Amino acid sequence: MSAVLAQAVTLAQGGEVSTGEAVAFWILGPAAVAGALGMILARNAVHSALWLVLTMLSLAMIYLTQRATFLGFTQIIVYTGAIMMLFLFVLMLAGRDSSDSVVEVLRGQRLAAGLLGIGLAVLVVTLLGRSLTDTQIAAPLDPYSPEGGGAGGLGRLIFGDFLFPFELSAALLIVAAVGAMLLSHSGGKKTKKTQRELVEERFRGQHDRPSPLPGPGVFATANSVATPALLPDGSVAPESLSRIIDSAAAEEFRDEIREVSGTGPEADAHALITPAEGAEAPGGEGTDGQRADSEGDKA
Amino acid sequence: MTPTYYLLLAALLFCIGAVGVLIRRNAVVVFMCIELMLNSVNLTLITFARIEGGLEGQVMAFFVMVVAAAEVVVGLAIIMAIFRARRSASVDDTNLLKY
Repeated sequence: MSAVLAQAVTLAQGGEVSTGEAVAFWILGPAAVAGALGMILARNAVHSALWLVLTMLSLAMIYLTQRATFLGFTQIIVYTGAIMMLFLFVLMLAGRDSSDSVVEVLRGQRLAAGLLGIGLAVLVVTLLGRSLTDTQIAAPLDPYSPEGGGAGGLGRLIFGDFLFPFELSAALLIVAAVGAMLLSHSGGKKTKKTQRELVEERFRGQHDRPSPLPGPGVFATANSVATPALLPDGSVAPESLSRIIDSAAAEEFRDEIREVSGTGPEADAHALITPAEGAEAPGGEGTDGQRADSEGDKA
Repeated sequence: MTPTYYLLLAALLFCIGAVGVLIRRNAVVVFMCIELMLNSVNLTLITFARIEGGLEGQVMAFFVMVVAAAEVVVGLAIIMAIFRARRSASVDDTNLLKY
């Protein structure tokens, strides 16, 4: 490939298109078109970005064969180096998993878009092909002279005739950088609410209840978190019951509930010697709690 | 072969980019299609500069590159802001102004 490119550059001395350049074009042009088609047809967005890299590299080599050496290397460095890396970065952050949906929001939009694109291509290609039949190519500039086609001549033009647009583009870049920082800034961190603000919000009714939820009645009569808390009148506080435990096995904790609510058999001093039949708990924790109760009664 | 072939290639790439803007739903891919269209215009400008034997076309392509870089930075920041607000990078989900 590089040999072909070198041949293209050396052979295009006159105002004609050399054979080497034609060979390079017929290799690079289809590669560029294939990259573009692959980009719009690839289902995965990352694959689309990689196809676009192929197109941009082919275009950079086409610039080089057209003796726009500075722009060719700028294309490689800026587009495939910086811009495509930025695209991949954003794809990995935002759009990687959202591969395109097959659902058409507008019915038949893809078909219509494809037909329109084909029509546009036929129109433009035939127009250009028929209007630009005999183009006279001017003699190429000497890339090694200061006014020639290299970076020197380009810089002479940019910092001479096009100085004001160049400064405008500098202002544009600064505005773009500041705007990107503004847009991507997440709006500052929210400070944590103080206790006073939380209390005031609770009593204004912004939460469900002014006080926190009651904890389980762990240390009242047992040490199981499944034990419900008791209200001042002795009834079970329903908000202290864990929804998971409550829905899991209400029947399993029947004895504990009965014991805590005071309707079950009382723990007696002879529990360790002859266990009461009705108060025997199926779980290990319930048994421990009962034993603790019994010892407390003994003491 | 004449330099007209480069113009035909550029026109083809432009049409492919336009179709891509119309049929793709991912906002980042739509943005890449816009980049492809800008690149095809750059190819046109460079080809015209070569036909004319001057450098002004290359200067214009240079400025197009500068504007494209600025546009990419701002556009991707907008896409990130939309993604942060709506948890989606699809252009179909950005329909708040429709209703």
